[in-house]
Amino acid sequence: MRYLPHTAGEIEAMLGVAGVKSMDDLFSTVPENCRRSGDMNLPEPLTEWELNTLMEGLARTMAVAPGFKVYAGAGSYEHFIPHAVSYLLSRSEFVTSYTPYQPEISQGTLQAVYEYQTLVSRLLGMEVANASMYDGASAFAEALLMAARITRRRKVAVSSLIHPHYLRVLRTYFGPSDLEVVEIPRLENGRTNSSGLPETDDLAAVAVQSPNFFGCVEDLALFAEKAREKDALFVVTFTEPLAYGLFRSPGGLGADIVCGEGQSLGISQSFGGPGLGMFATRMKFVRQMPGRLVGKTVDLEGRRGFVLTLATREQHIRREKATSNICTNNSHCALAAAMYMASLGGKAFRELARMNRDKSEYLKGALAKAGLRAPFDSPTFNEFVILAPSGFERIRKMLFESKIVAGLPVVPFFPDLPHHYLFCVTETKTREDIDRLVSEIEALL
Amino acid sequence: MSDFPGRTGLILDEPLLWEKGSSGRCGFSIPRRDVDPFPIDASIEGEVPDLPELSEVDLVRHYTRLSTWNFGVDTGMYPLGSCTMKYNPKTNERQAALQGFAAAHPLLPQELSQGLLRVMVELERFLAEITGMDAVSLQPSAGAQGELTGMLLIHAYHRSRNRKPSKLLVPDTAHGTNPASAALCGYRPIPVASNDKGILSVESVAEAMDDETAGIMITNPNTLGLFEENLKEIVNLVHARGGLVYGDGANMNAVLGVMDVACTGIDVLHLNLHKTFSTPHGGGGPGAGPVCVRKHLEPFLPVPRVVEADGAYALSDDFPQSIGRLHAFFGNVGVMIKAYSYIRSMGAENLKKASQLAVLNANYIKESLKQTFHLPYDRPCMHECVFTDKHQAVHKVLTLDMAKRLMDYGFHPPTVYFPLVVNGAIMIEPTETESKQDLDLFIASMKAVAREAQENPDLLRQAPTKPKARRMDEAAAARKPCLAE
Repeated sequence: MRYLPHTAGEIEAMLGVAGVKSMDDLFSTVPENCRRSGDMNLPEPLTEWELNTLMEGLARTMAVAPGFKVYAGAGSYEHFIPHAVSYLLSRSEFVTSYTPYQPEISQGTLQAVYEYQTLVSRLLGMEVANASMYDGASAFAEALLMAARITRRRKVAVSSLIHPHYLRVLRTYFGPSDLEVVEIPRLENGRTNSSGLPETDDLAAVAVQSPNFFGCVEDLALFAEKAREKDALFVVTFTEPLAYGLFRSPGGLGADIVCGEGQSLGISQSFGGPGLGMFATRMKFVRQMPGRLVGKTVDLEGRRGFVLTLATREQHIRREKATSNICTNNSHCALAAAMYMASLGGKAFRELARMNRDKSEYLKGALAKAGLRAPFDSPTFNEFVILAPSGFERIRKMLFESKIVAGLPVVPFFPDLPHHYLFCVTETKTREDIDRLVSEIEALL
Repeated sequence: MSDFPGRTGLILDEPLLWEKGSSGRCGFSIPRRDVDPFPIDASIEGEVPDLPELSEVDLVRHYTRLSTWNFGVDTGMYPLGSCTMKYNPKTNERQAALQGFAAAHPLLPQELSQGLLRVMVELERFLAEITGMDAVSLQPSAGAQGELTGMLLIHAYHRSRNRKPSKLLVPDTAHGTNPASAALCGYRPIPVASNDKGILSVESVAEAMDDETAGIMITNPNTLGLFEENLKEIVNLVHARGGLVYGDGANMNAVLGVMDVACTGIDVLHLNLHKTFSTPHGGGGPGAGPVCVRKHLEPFLPVPRVVEADGAYALSDDFPQSIGRLHAFFGNVGVMIKAYSYIRSMGAENLKKASQLAVLNANYIKESLKQTFHLPYDRPCMHECVFTDKHQAVHKVLTLDMAKRLMDYGFHPPTVYFPLVVNGAIMIEPTETESKQDLDLFIASMKAVAREAQENPDLLRQAPTKPKARRMDEAAAARKPCLAE
């Protein structure tokens, strides 16, 4: 096996130094009642070339671009990733290092994470961002745990238009505790009902997603106001950070904690993971924030350098009193996001965001002409809901043959919204692609 | 130091992203605009984000230079105890990057995503076979989330039996994530001391265990690198008082093909795909921390689960007793593909051999260095061994100084000051992928450092001198945090 370097002679010599006769003798401290009775039953080892064939075969069964045109978002977005980003990410010094506990020989990761924290803070309009979390959903759950810690209150009010999977993760994290989740109902226009906050003085946080699960932009300033009236923290979550290239940032609109999924920023969709949990807050809350933080300092010779800092919040120091049990972050994904943001720069980030919205509006208009209208009239970014005629599910399945995935049904998430579909268009679709989608739908209607 | 890999060379400095570049540059090929602009309401339109503007060359040089300041497994030996920094096979990276996998949307219809569903089902089966357990969830994103999942499962199990225990036993050798995960589930962690052999005794567990206790978290082999020889008896005792046993499988790399987790009675165990199954650590994630359970905990596993029906794979949420979701989708699938590729490349025999060689390497180091460094538990170890700075402390040289000096010799230092039960711990985990030559060089470096501790201790206190950065003022970083600009 090419990963195992030991020759028989070396093994012999090393067993001698270890003072045992055989490999089995190395395991003398493993009691009989903990041992396997037989060998593991696993498939025979494959050569590198056999593995390639197997995996290529499995990969071919998946419906992906460029062969397939997939008009789906809902928390995972298809964006172009510059090859320079993928290439740099594959540098083995980034890939095969661990958490930068030894700063002298980890300055590459540390500076890159410091830059990531800065770019994320700027994009979200916040003062401080951590080194990343697992994904948007767990970042969201951690944000509400943090709000409960800061306010010492037990209830959180969350918009019912937050990604349903995020809400499920939140309930899982809250499961064993006495923390309570109250959902804020939605309005006819696809936004959250700001008059629907629970009548209670025990509110730790008010949380909304923008753009929300229906793709609609929420009135964040209004919710910030409502949260302040209740003396609760205002938490904003997101699944599509590219939207903040075009819309006002949550920080500028009064958010206390902003968290969400950063997959859109140069990270492969990878069937949903790994992604990037982005997490930002105000400096006054930094000591209650979960996750790793990189800070700027100097070395013995006074030169600028970077270290992991404020570790007294973390599990390896504080153990059960830590702000979270999180240990590693999704550092390599954070690196991808920083590279991606830096490759665009501010003006191109804006242009790309605008293009996502323009293409999405182009499809929205074309579908409306075909009789599939958008039932919610709030502004959207790169995804939106349409109401389809009752036979549409059959048409959608027929379109798989044409290598098109025409949106996602909303009904599994919102049983009261049959025939509603969530469509997403990003910069990866050309006008020609969109025209073909609409004409194929029209032909089957 | 002429025989050792550590050398000085030309190190290129590099400013921060926003200190380079120039307004108007761009490193991205903006797609062609083929639709008209759609008007935007001024009330929602924001400012252009303040992101630095660089060319593609600027970007490539920036990150290439940064990368050269890092030490990785591909650079050299990285014997970071408890982290299993083994070689990460390159073919696994290729497989995960295949377009069919990397570009797959998680909510694709099941008939258009059979390949990845099959990878997930088979990986679950492999992990069940390797541990002997009955069912697996791949969803937890990291070891710590696997622990949390395990705690939630134990909590759900007790609740289903109308029990509300408030405490959880956590040995003093445990990782910090253990008590932190327990606390997230509302359990008060009760520390249990290890005995003079460095392992748990049945008596100390019996003393701490009562009806108010939900169970125990046991890392095995433990963080001293020792097999918990009383494991089965401890498990029986905890079960007899109504508790469950959580196995922290972070150190599973020592016992593949040797230990049967299920037959010890452990109820739930997490594995770290980024340790045992060779997926890279990526500078601190992403990892993956699947949980393996026995039958009685299966109904509580996270949803969705991959199920097989009529020869096709599908995702199902239909498990009413489930603890719920831990991840927006199905976990870190990209990491799963790499672990799957590793297991398919290794097969049963090589996986077992990997554990044997990992244990051989650790014992070889232990025996080679125990005359030089104080070895608090002089017993056969598993995949790692723990020394201390006791012999060097007389020269006022500490573990930290020796760790820093090792960098000058061209090695990543071992884990230091962990486990907490050993003062000035130096925890060495060589892993199976280090050859005898590399181990010999490492051993020689450690001996040279010990010699320097005696002859020229100041050299160590000033170390390292060769890397890009000298020792950092960490106190200043924490006192006046500068976390973004």
